[in-house]
Amino acid sequence: MASRLPKLVAIATLGGAFSGLFGVGGGTVIVPLLILWFGYGEREATGTSLLAIVVIAALAAIAQGAYGNVHIGAGVAIGLPAVAGVVAGTALQQRIPERAVAAIFAVLLVVSAAVLVL
Amino acid sequence: MDALEVTGLLAIGFCAGMLGGLVGVGGGVLFVPGLVFFLGLSQLDALSTSLVAIVFVATVGAWRQRRYGNVRMRDGLIVGILSPIGVVVGTVVANAVSERALELSFAAVQVFFAWSLARRALRPPEPAGASSPSGPANG
Repeated sequence: MASRLPKLVAIATLGGAFSGLFGVGGGTVIVPLLILWFGYGEREATGTSLLAIVVIAALAAIAQGAYGNVHIGAGVAIGLPAVAGVVAGTALQQRIPERAVAAIFAVLLVVSAAVLVL
Repeated sequence: MDALEVTGLLAIGFCAGMLGGLVGVGGGVLFVPGLVFFLGLSQLDALSTSLVAIVFVATVGAWRQRRYGNVRMRDGLIVGILSPIGVVVGTVVANAVSERALELSFAAVQVFFAWSLARRALRPPEPAGASSPSGPANG
């Protein structure tokens, strides 16, 4: 148990650093580390990651809002259909094998890495 | 806003949410390019605005996943609450090294994670209860 907190702090630091630097990246760091370091199942890792992201994104949105960079209307316009998407996505996730979740995540990571490099 | 923009926002928003639900990310990887392409926001404004949409996705996604029994509240809250440490560290690092070096190193980390997860995905299912220590003992 004693070794858990330093690892959680490391995940938080890496997730926060990457989301602060690239806007995306919180989840792409948090999910793999929860799986690889803590032995989470894929579904647990994705669910717990979303909870962490609520806090991370809310704090970052407030900070960016203070600089006047947030277009609230646009965020709501693209966020509302996303709510329908996430309800469908989480429902679908319960019906596919966890290995498929890992495979989809691996593809997402490769695409995201390619976008960063190119 | 014309019909193409509305349709585009609806489609990319839905896809980003679907991705978030499937793999536990906020969806910024799709929100940011969507806001740039369909609404013509600058990269910085798109990045900042996507955070609002990410809060929507993550809140509803975490709520659904909690009902499915897939959220460890304590770990998730600790990671979320401590993340501002990372924002500070990230800002310091960003001012110390070139942006290109950051992009390349993050890409390398992502490829490493992809490789690790792909190995899990390809491995035959194991019986539950096998407790493996953190150091992987070669696969």
